[in-house]
Amino acid sequence: MQFKDYYEVFGVPRTATQDDIKSAYRKLARKFHPDVSREADAEARFKDIGEAYEVLKDPEKRAAYDQMGSQWKDGQDFRPPPNWDQGFEFRGADFGGADHSDFFEALFGRRAHGSGARHSRAGAQGEDHHAKIEIGLQDAYRGAQRSLGLRAPAVDATGHVVLRERHIEVTIPKGVRQGQHLRLAGQGTPGFDGGPAGDLYLEIVFRPDTRFRVEGRDVYTALALAPWEAALGATVSVGTPDGGVALKVPAGSAAGRKLRLKGKGIPGREPGDLYAEITIVIPPADTPEAVAAYQAFASAFSFNPGAESGGAL
Amino acid sequence: MTGDNPLLRLRAEVVEEVVEFTLVELSQACNATPAQVAALVAEGVLAPAGQTGDEWRFAGTSLRRARLALRLARDLELNPPALALVLDMLDEITSLRARLARQHRP
Repeated sequence: MQFKDYYEVFGVPRTATQDDIKSAYRKLARKFHPDVSREADAEARFKDIGEAYEVLKDPEKRAAYDQMGSQWKDGQDFRPPPNWDQGFEFRGADFGGADHSDFFEALFGRRAHGSGARHSRAGAQGEDHHAKIEIGLQDAYRGAQRSLGLRAPAVDATGHVVLRERHIEVTIPKGVRQGQHLRLAGQGTPGFDGGPAGDLYLEIVFRPDTRFRVEGRDVYTALALAPWEAALGATVSVGTPDGGVALKVPAGSAAGRKLRLKGKGIPGREPGDLYAEITIVIPPADTPEAVAAYQAFASAFSFNPGAESGGAL
Repeated sequence: MTGDNPLLRLRAEVVEEVVEFTLVELSQACNATPAQVAALVAEGVLAPAGQTGDEWRFAGTSLRRARLALRLARDLELNPPALALVLDMLDEITSLRARLARQHRP
């Protein structure tokens, strides 16, 4: 396990006041909060920032952290105190989410996280859990099955708390969209003393796709055409996440024009549309025949598109 | 670690399509207190149907918005009016970015 230098995260000396730390935190939080930041590594950076603040803003935790002395360097191999692995754990194969570093959990425990909004009274409902699940666009078109591994504490026959792993298979319904949530009733934390279990929420994240751009229910894809297809019209095959479909390109289609395939976006009660955005690809003049064809092409038109912008001689 | 239970097959509900939350349910789903969620309603961040707290019904889409609001409030230490402003601006940025993407990415 590696040592974390929480002061270094904020760029403040170990003698910094609570106000210094707060102001350094706020500045970095505005820059790296994943909900507002466009920095590429915002999520990872903010995790470090949040963790460092959680320790340094709390005088007790800060004192405990300071007690380890200043001889440790960030990233240095660190030997945790005994019993560091006690506590609650909950992780799944496809899960993102803001876990603390091993270092943090070793010192302050997994359950130090969160404000403790509710207390574990008898009969209380277990907590709801949130995780992300990444799916391909094709899964949204067709539906999918995914299996997840979940680990949660349970009481065994002898009354001891053990960590029990279970696997669940989730049916991802056809038609889900980026940012929507799936709810799995009763798959969160078990209830306390006979209370109902919490629910598990899975937030849908689409795996980035080089061929398709998604906006809500609508899907965009590039459609490359030869100049004669765009000029004369053609019937071409367009790839959709659910397979190829035939598309009639009208004559005189300009680059940048969007052709709509109604209802071929993400399915649902109101299915989205798929837009094929035209790009025109010019074939290279790399054979004598191709050169001759271009020359015939040029002589057939009195076409000088550069003239208007003053680019032609 | 014990137990290798048989595979449990579960059907998921899409919250945004089929779920409607009461105040207590939405609070539970956000790991927040009903008072924290009610404060978001008072600030206009969430707009449930119904008059009083007991009658409030939140659309499934409230889950994302409520969680975002609570994260921002906690992590950026925002007060409720600043939070409402930030959320409005984020909505606007999202729609501007979508417009930009439509114009600039053939």
